[in-house]
This record gives sequence, C-alpha cells and structure tokens, in this order.
Amino acid sequence: MTATHKLVAFESDKTRPDDWNRPQVIEPDGDAELLEVAMGPHHPSTHGVFRMDVALDGERVIRLKPVFGYLHRNHEKIAEGISYLGSMPFTDRLDYVCPLTNNWAYALAVEKLTGQAVPERAEYLRVILGELTRVQNHASSIGFLIQEMGASGTPLMYAFREREKILDLFEELTGARMMCNYMRFGGCRVDATAGWLAATRKVVEGLPGFTEEIERLLCSNEILMARTQGVGILRPDLAVNAGVTGPMLRASGVNYDIRKVDGYGVYNRFNFRVPLGDHWDVYDRFMIRLLEMRESIKILEQALKDIPAGPVMDSKAKIRGFRPKPGEAYGRIESPKGELGFYLISDGGPNPYRYRVRPPSLMNLTVLEDMAIGQNVADVVLIFGSVDIVLGEVDR
Amino acid sequence: MLGEGILKGLAETAKNFVGSFVSAERLTTVQYPEQRIAPIEATRDFPFLVYDGADWEAGMRCVACQICEKECPPKCIYIVKSIDKKPDALGKPQFYPARFDIDISVCMSCQICVEVCPFEAIKMDTEFELSRTDRFGGLLFDREELAKSNEHYHKIHPTEAAQVDARLAGEKAKSDAKAKGAALAAAAKAAAAAKPAVSTENAAAKPEGAEIKP
Amino acid sequence: MIETIDQIFVLLKHWLVGFLPAGLQPVASVLVSVVAIIAVFPSLFAIAVWMERKGLGRMQNRIGPNRVGPFGLFQPIADGIKSLTKEDIVPLRADAVVHFMAPVVLVVVVFMGIAVLPMGRNMTLVHMDSGLLFFFAMGASTELSVFMAGWSSRNKYSLLGAMRGVAQMISYEVPLLMSSVAVVMMTGSLSLGKIVEAQNQYTWGLPHWYIFTPWGLAAFLMYAIAATAETNRSPFDLPEGESELVAGYFTEYSGFKFALFFLGEYVGMLSISGLGTTLFLGGWSAPFSFLGWVPSWFWFFSKVMLSICVFIWIRGTLPRLRQDQLMNFAWKFVLPFTLFDLLVAALWRFMGDGWARWVVCSVILLLAYALMGGVGMYRKHFRVRSYRYAE
Repeated sequence: MTATHKLVAFESDKTRPDDWNRPQVIEPDGDAELLEVAMGPHHPSTHGVFRMDVALDGERVIRLKPVFGYLHRNHEKIAEGISYLGSMPFTDRLDYVCPLTNNWAYALAVEKLTGQAVPERAEYLRVILGELTRVQNHASSIGFLIQEMGASGTPLMYAFREREKILDLFEELTGARMMCNYMRFGGCRVDATAGWLAATRKVVEGLPGFTEEIERLLCSNEILMARTQGVGILRPDLAVNAGVTGPMLRASGVNYDIRKVDGYGVYNRFNFRVPLGDHWDVYDRFMIRLLEMRESIKILEQALKDIPAGPVMDSKAKIRGFRPKPGEAYGRIESPKGELGFYLISDGGPNPYRYRVRPPSLMNLTVLEDMAIGQNVADVVLIFGSVDIVLGEVDR
Repeated sequence: MLGEGILKGLAETAKNFVGSFVSAERLTTVQYPEQRIAPIEATRDFPFLVYDGADWEAGMRCVACQICEKECPPKCIYIVKSIDKKPDALGKPQFYPARFDIDISVCMSCQICVEVCPFEAIKMDTEFELSRTDRFGGLLFDREELAKSNEHYHKIHPTEAAQVDARLAGEKAKSDAKAKGAALAAAAKAAAAAKPAVSTENAAAKPEGAEIKP
Repeated sequence: MIETIDQIFVLLKHWLVGFLPAGLQPVASVLVSVVAIIAVFPSLFAIAVWMERKGLGRMQNRIGPNRVGPFGLFQPIADGIKSLTKEDIVPLRADAVVHFMAPVVLVVVVFMGIAVLPMGRNMTLVHMDSGLLFFFAMGASTELSVFMAGWSSRNKYSLLGAMRGVAQMISYEVPLLMSSVAVVMMTGSLSLGKIVEAQNQYTWGLPHWYIFTPWGLAAFLMYAIAATAETNRSPFDLPEGESELVAGYFTEYSGFKFALFFLGEYVGMLSISGLGTTLFLGGWSAPFSFLGWVPSWFWFFSKVMLSICVFIWIRGTLPRLRQDQLMNFAWKFVLPFTLFDLLVAALWRFMGDGWARWVVCSVILLLAYALMGGVGMYRKHFRVRSYRYAE
C-alpha cells in the first residue's frame, strides 16, 4: 500500500459520525509533516502478527489504524465442515493462552443446542480449570504488559514460573499443557484423581504468595505508576457501545461479569467479588487483573473444598454419531479476556450449519485507536499490551 | 517518598536472586537433555497402533473401519482397507489396514482418533523426540512405524491400559459366552429338529452371522 | 613487597620501555598504556556481559547461559565470534560512510575518556590538570555517534531512537556535570588524581570518601541517575526502547558494527562507573585503613564492577520511563536538586569541622528531597489507588 492510499483511508475515517463517542480527529501542530510508521507485523511489541499503521507528529500519535488478519486460519469454515467433536481441539488454538475456557464455551454452546445435562463433578472441574486458566492468563498478561514497559522480563518470568505449575497440572489431568482438548458435550473427558486434586490444592495455596510478590514488585513502583496512570483512558460509554468485555470493561467501571450475570455452570454457588476501576486507564486494567487473580484464588479454594464425587460424563452423552436436532444456540462464558461466545446453527446433520465465534480479543481491540490517539508512541505499545489480546483469537 | 516503590521492587528482585540459588521452588528450569522430568502418565503426543502378541502384523487390533480417518480434525490419517480378511486376536476373520499412514507433521495430538475408535486399536504415545533429517518422508509414519505392542502401552499409560485390557477381556468373555451359547443352542436345535433337514441349515447359519457383528 | 605488587603494572611498563632508546621512551610508554587499556576494558566488557546475563537470569529465576565453558563463561567469546561471522548489512539508501563511522566514533570516544581515569596509584595514562573536563568532553561526543547512527540508517525507528537519544543525553549531561562540580568545589581541583588523593585519608580507620558526607551522598545519587541516563541503561533506555522502537538507533546495524555499538555501550558504562568511583567512592583507595596492603588497582576495578552489578540489578527490576517524563525528571527534579546540593556543599565547607554541619546539611537535604520529590514529582502525577468491588 502506498502512502497516498493510507492517507485516503484516514481521510474517510474523519467523516464518520460522531455518535459513537469517537474522539475528535487530532490535527498535528502547525503544518508539521507526519511520520508514518508501520508498527508490525514484525515488531517486538505486537504479540504476534499484527500491524498498527501509526501517523506520528514527533512522538505523538495523530492517527492509528489497526490491521489484522495475518493469522487467519479459517477456523469457522473448517468447523462447519467437520463434526461437532472435531472442532473441539481447534478451539484450543483460538486463544492459545487459555485453551480450557475456549473448550468450555464451545461445550456450553453445544450443550445448550442439545439440552445436554452436565454432571455436578464435571461442573466443578470446569470451574477449577477455568479459574486456573484465568490466573495464569492474567499473570502472563501482566508480565507481558510490564515487559512492554521495558522491565527486561522480570515480572514475566515470575508469571511464567507460576504458569509452569498450573500447566503441569493441566498436563497431568488432560494430557497436554496448552492444547488440552479436555471438555466434552456433557462433561469432561477424564476424571480427576484424588492425587490431582491434592496437587491442585498445593498449587493454589502457593498462588497468594505470587500475587503478593507481584504487588510488592510493581504496584507502588513510581515508574510504573507514572507510565500507566492517566494513559489510554477508555470511557465507559464508549466501552459499552463498542462491545468491550472482560477486565477491560470492568476497568472502565462497568459492573459486568458473565459469571455473575449468567451464573453459568455452578458459579452462583461461590462467593466472590468483582473489582471495578474508577480511572479507566492502563493502571486500572493492570490492577483489575491482579485483583481478579485474587478473587479467582478464592473461587478455587471454595471449589476444591466442595467438589462432589460422581461421574464426570453424562450417561446420555454421545461421542460417535452425534447429530443435534435442528436449532440454534449461543453459549457464552466469561473467559479471562472477556465474553467468549459460540453461536451454532444445526440443521440436524453431523456438522454445524453455521458456526460463529465471538472473540473477546477482537472486540476489545476495536477501541485501540480511540484509546491511543493523542498519546505518545511509547504509550501505544502499552495501551495495546493492556488490551490483552491473543492474535489466534483475533484473526481466527 | 519518591523512590519507595522502586526500593521495594529492588528488594524483591534481590530476594529472587538469592532465592534462585537456594530454593528449587523458584528455579524451575529443567536442563533438558541432561535432566528430564518424570514422565506424566496422561501425557499424549502422537498416535500409535496397538498390537497384541509378538508379531505386529498378525496382532494388530485395527480393522480398518476408517472412523478415525473420517473424524480426524486435521485429516492426517490415511487408511487403505484390505481386500482379504485375516483372523484377529480373537480368531475371527477381520479386515486389516493394507496401508495406515499418519503424517505426524500434520497431526495436532488431539486424541480424537483414540476416543472414536471402537476397537481400542489406536492410542497416544508419549514419544516426543521425533526430529528427523528427512524433511519430506521422515515424519510420514507407516504401519510398521506406528505399530507398538500392548506391553509398550502398559508401560506408558499403566492405568488406562489396565482399564482397556479389562474391557477387552470382558468383551471377549461375552463374545465367547455368546458364541458358546449360540453353539449350544444351535446344537440343541439341531438335535431337536434333526428330522427336517432344511431348517437345520438356517439355524446353523444365524449364530455365525452374529459372531461377525459384535 | 606490597609496594611491588601495588605498582606491578607501572614497573612492568618501565621495564618494557627500558629496552628502547631514550628518545622513543615517552611515545612507547603511552603506546604500552594504550594497548593495556584496549586489552583490559574489552575483557571487562566480556565479564560484564556475562555477569549481566547470569545476574538477570538469576533475578528472573532462570539459570542464564551455561553451555559454553564452565558456568557459561565463554559465552561472550562465542557471541563475539558469532557477530564477527555475521553478514554486515548496510541499507540500500543509507548514508554508507556515516553509517560506518558511527560505531567507530562511539568506541574511539569512549576509550578516550578512560585515558584520564586514575586506575591505581600512579596508574593514569594522561595526567591532566583538567581531567574531569576532558572526560565530560569525550562523554558528550557519544551523542554525535548516536545521532550519526540514527540519521544515516534511513529508518524511522532509528531516527526516532536517535532523536530521543540526543535529547536525553544532552539533558542528563547537565546534572552529571553539576553533581561533580560539588566534588570539584571541595577538592579545589579538576585533576582526577588530586580528587582521589583528597579522599585517600582515614579517621579511625574509616575513609574520607565523599559519598560518606550528606552532600556527597546526594551528589552521588544524582550522579548515578544521570550516569544511567547518559549510558542509555534501563530505566532510561528509551533510545533503544526495544518494545516500541525495535532497537532504536542501531536497528539497522548487524554483525560487527552492532558488536561495536554493544562494546561502546558497555565500555561507556565502565568508564562512567570509573569516574563515579573516582569522584565519590575514593577511586583506588581502600575502604578501611587496615586494608591498605591490597593493591590499589584491585580496589578501583572491584568498585567499578560493583557499580556494574548495581546497573544490572536496576535493569532487572525497573520498567522504563517515557520521553516526556524523562525530561521532566531531568529538568524538574535532578537538576534543581543538584544545584541545591551545590549550595549545601558550600555550606558544609564553611561550617567547619564538628557534628553541627552533619545535622544541618542532612536535614536540609532530606527536606529538599521530600519537598521536590514528594510534592513536586510524586503527588501531582500519580498515587497508589484503592479499588471498589461489586458483590
């Protein structure tokens, strides 16, 4: 794409209606020449293959155009061509940092479609795995954020140290560290042994120490506060209009957690709180993730205490010859990144007629420009990091 | 005061610096080729074909039903069904895979083939050091490379293998009993209706057919 | 015997030079010293790189390099061989001459600064009366190299990095100078040798280093901050800023030129630590009078390496600042504080001996720090927050 093309694209952006609370387009000082920088797809801060076409006046961002699709793998169309069970392992590869919540969302959608019941033990196992996933996702996302701030990876390594323990648990139960492929329509694939539950309890006992460590290392650090406070403000009305969900939305002060709203699974049995931000900036997003980790640890403690005995797979569940009745269903969960939903239409065949993923990463990324305009180029990287995306899920 | 948080952070990294020398909890690195973690039982890497007995070709459980080929999400399995039948471990004549190839470079270790297999013929291996010098054919495993003994299966997944063996033994006992019962019934029927010779043939044919379809 | 070990390098040089005719001896003497510096500092650079990688690793609960040689000690050699054998890429539209000159200028200038550092008793390459000024002149020239690299590469990231680098280094040059002016005021000399001599006294076995006075400690802290910024080290490594600017001004450098930049950066760190050691940490003098028998060069180099360790420790902990915050910090906190510290140093000088000046100076400096840091920088911009929960 030539420079003139880019400018034309930006011109058209100027004329869009203002009713979406988009920020006014910022004009450069005087008749300064803009420096157009393509950050990405090969750029150390873009978490993979993502491009930001940034127009800079000095170091101030005048325009920003996110370009994605480099990692498009045709997930939805492939899923329409194979059996319902067959796309379960592919969901692992959407948000490859938290495969188990992807599994869960898809299983939930299919269970809604067929009216399949799930045994109680399986629900508890799902909660345990989902919250472990949330802890490790938030930990590594905080680590990546600080890494982007240039802390030579120290918090990231601490996060990975804890993540390692959680991934070991995943491997012990599901057979794989990241591509778990564990949940099934009507339960979970294998049962957790008493030994696994004991090991999980031990890991969960160690997690508060980790959150405290991160807190001591980062929360009152002056440089971190100076870098993140007041940067990348996302107003709640824009966040709601743009469909932003998850910690991003809660950091903008909107009380919306699908675990509370839908109460899917057995979440209404646990006692936990939803932290909310008042300043709507990067620091709030960072802190909300940290506080959510603590709440997750609380849920984990309760779930590990209360988990009942019993089967993990409903006796009516079918593996071979799975053909749901014609109909449609939308199943959604609070994945660590936001609302992860799967929309399915069945025509009675072995494959879904229509299969659609609502990826939280993509929806949260749409407000990137609004948060970044007028900020410093170094802050763009930070704002981008605070969105917490995984390109596998953005591009699908 | 300015600098307090920075000092707190510095104390934390210093603690970790010292901690990594004294506590294995902190230094989680496993120095791979020299050190290895204890094998985890549930680990799965790539599929293999189970055979009973000593001869892989004779004892192969796979009957080339091609369900796994159909269900495999990345479509990495290629099966050619045999034309003739060979007796399987139970002594029944069965089809067998004339070709059974898995492209390990395409396989995504999802275990769907294991779950859909009705014959407990395909299982997940734990072998992960599979690098090859041959870029094209090296990771395309054929029947012989895929075939591993039931003992190997017991070694890598003891609990699961024991369950599978128990189930198979149960099925075998059931089918034996069924065959025995059918044979007894056939004999009784034959003895009872010795005179009308035409119906005897029909009665004898039925249990045989039931035996093939378990 | 102790004298011999202390002066072993000096004696060695005299012995070597003694073989030559008298007319050539001054030139040869300088040449031998230059060769020694060019041999010693790159090896210290290798050790510093190894220490950095190991130390950062341990701070991050990793092991660090451990495959090449015992404890990975030969890792820098392997890295050097790698960068020597790599392809040297010059961008098509780059200004090839300037592109080539930039790393050379950096290394030359950085090594020239070392010439005036007293590395031990009688171990200074050039005895200069205004050694301090010479050092700062050389230190300021590194900016030229940074800008040459950024400008000639024809890369937007390089250019942004160079702009940042020049702005930052010029801003921090001022407090760097100002904090050492206090020392000059005390000693009354710009000669680094004399500054060390002035600190090489002991009361009750404890040294008279300038860091052990209130104004000296304050000046040292400001010097350390400015030195970190001057050498582009974390948390002031914005010109490289790898998360936003890929590699900053040396994005387009590869192979040996990149290695030269790397060398220049680390030798710059070593030399600026050497100057800090000379100014505030007593140079080559021993920390306790009863340790006077240990060779002086040992003290100098261990102090330098110790400050490198602090650099590494800080790098392992802190995220980096933003450009405008960096500038604010330089002009609104570091510079006023160093100026204030000059006043305090003058006060210290005129209050004479006794405990009163200790109390007065400490209190004044603490108050100033709390006022400038606490009110000016801290409360205005950021604070620790508390969060509300929805049930």
